[in-house]
Amino acid sequence: MTQQLTLGPIPFHWSADMRRDFYARIADEAEVDTVYLGEVICSKRAPFFEADLPEIAERLEAGGKRVVWSSLAEILLKRERKATEGLCAGEDGRGVEANNAAALRHLAGQPHRVGPFMNVYNEETMRFLAAKGANHFTLPVEMPATSVEVMGTAARALGVGLEIQVFGRASLAVSARCYHARAHGRTKDSCLFVCEEDPDGMPLTTLDGTEFLVVNGIQTMSRTYVSLLEFVPQTAAMGVTALRLMPQMQDMVAVAGVFRAVADGRVSADEGTAQLDALGFGVPLSNGFWLGEAGYRRIARAS
Amino acid sequence: MKYGELICPAGTPAALRTAVDAGADAVYCGFQNATNARNFPGLNFTPDEMQEGVAYAHARGAKVLLALNTFPPAGKFGLWREAADLGVRFGVDAMIVADMGVADVIRNAHPDQRLHLSVQAAASSPEAICYYVEEFDIRRVVLPRILTVPEIKALAAEIPCEIETFIFGNHGLMVEGRCSLTNYATGLSTNMDGVCSPAGDVEYRREADGSMSTRLGAFTIDKFGAEETAGYPTICKGRYRTPCRDEGYYAFEEPISLNLARMLPDLMNAGVHAFKIEGRQRSRAYVRQVVSAFRAAVDAIRAGQEPLLADLVALTEGQKETQGAFKTKTWR
Repeated sequence: MTQQLTLGPIPFHWSADMRRDFYARIADEAEVDTVYLGEVICSKRAPFFEADLPEIAERLEAGGKRVVWSSLAEILLKRERKATEGLCAGEDGRGVEANNAAALRHLAGQPHRVGPFMNVYNEETMRFLAAKGANHFTLPVEMPATSVEVMGTAARALGVGLEIQVFGRASLAVSARCYHARAHGRTKDSCLFVCEEDPDGMPLTTLDGTEFLVVNGIQTMSRTYVSLLEFVPQTAAMGVTALRLMPQMQDMVAVAGVFRAVADGRVSADEGTAQLDALGFGVPLSNGFWLGEAGYRRIARAS
Repeated sequence: MKYGELICPAGTPAALRTAVDAGADAVYCGFQNATNARNFPGLNFTPDEMQEGVAYAHARGAKVLLALNTFPPAGKFGLWREAADLGVRFGVDAMIVADMGVADVIRNAHPDQRLHLSVQAAASSPEAICYYVEEFDIRRVVLPRILTVPEIKALAAEIPCEIETFIFGNHGLMVEGRCSLTNYATGLSTNMDGVCSPAGDVEYRREADGSMSTRLGAFTIDKFGAEETAGYPTICKGRYRTPCRDEGYYAFEEPISLNLARMLPDLMNAGVHAFKIEGRQRSRAYVRQVVSAFRAAVDAIRAGQEPLLADLVALTEGQKETQGAFKTKTWR
């Protein structure tokens, strides 16, 4: 079966206009099968664009994409609890991806997806959640290939989908504290949405000048873009059914085109890698997590 | 049950005995492998030591909580299963779990085993906590260090299990169980390997100008002047630059310790059943001092007296302390 290509939820605080334009182009041009929509990182951002989401979803569906709602990764406040409950009620019939155990509680007993923040690291957890209705799992971005392969076998036996992130910044941590606000001498409640100034995240550089991390509100991300393009040809046999691209301030249509071509075998891994490098991200790529090494590293494929 | 049960760290058999002798109501400890989140060289228990530790604690009326609070990566689950089986055999009073697979396997294999939900599960809402209670019969939740006391009080009214909060020690900034910073820099995972800033990847580098750089893997986490004391390099306590802060700044948090000594009565009134002291990596002397001081404070509060705070405040002397998220929402 052909592997699905998916587009993860936008992690950053992009303006409503940027989001509409971005998804319009994705709907018309991107070779992705599924698009995850919704705010996963900070509930304060949602009011800026959530009114547009139904129209964006319809536009994407008109472009032949499947739409899945992603739930918040962290839930503390009343409004976050309510929003999660509302999302999980699933009144529009679209699927929901749970990123917090609160969402799992609402979704138990009905078909749903389990997102990368849910810490599905092993077969036992997958089996448990599948029995509760989960039919598709996205694994944590730090999972090494050796464990993904075991999960692939388990997923096949359970008849569930298995997804891994193959492109974009890795989520490395979330916190209750907003580090964007902190950098600007504010707090989460008084942030004035300063994270909107950094549509690809706020870089953190070590004191000796090495680029290290990226801050996105309460989230800390990798400085590098994860890219597993050179391993994509092996992933289908491992039982991976879907490949996730995380939105960055880059030409995501072109990124999707390269991954689609490699996944379909129309372009070799080496050729695809050259094409990806030619897109000139200005950001280093990494594959360390996949190889069980430090996540920031980019290790050449043994030929 | 009484509010304010004291849950104390036992990184070694000696620390276990020290904590029990100093008045711990319970100690928490783990085996010498990746099944617990303090998988550090020289720490933790062999199976024999665990069995002896349980006997020592039980003979003195103290409980033993077994930390099984990491996330087994696929293909390695057997190690966690064996650890749980040993814990049952030794009669530990509860197991502290984070992974749903681990919880489910223990629930099925050992239906009578009491389970606590680790802070590593990051359950911070009533719905999330209820989910774990309903699915795995969790009896107590260890809350993430991100809620204010009024929020804890409101939460207590909505959940059908006991609450444990951290009151003292190292103050992690990230949501526990959702942090891959160490793995990004070193290739060892906090969730899967039970390590945070592993010593083997730490370097203290003396620069030509006499300053000291502290490094983790390939990255400089902080720099100190020749006269300053260099702290241990933990990514979330490091100094970095960003375009709006070209002087290095603590992007996440300064090196600081949590100390809720002054808030113990508030926490007990909010419905906190158990107080957790962090520090399985700390010395026996530290454990004795901290446990004794908190034992006296909790006993005083229970007797309706004012606790002697001076001793508790002195414990962090020389190091900055914070009440973190517990005091005010502006921490966030």
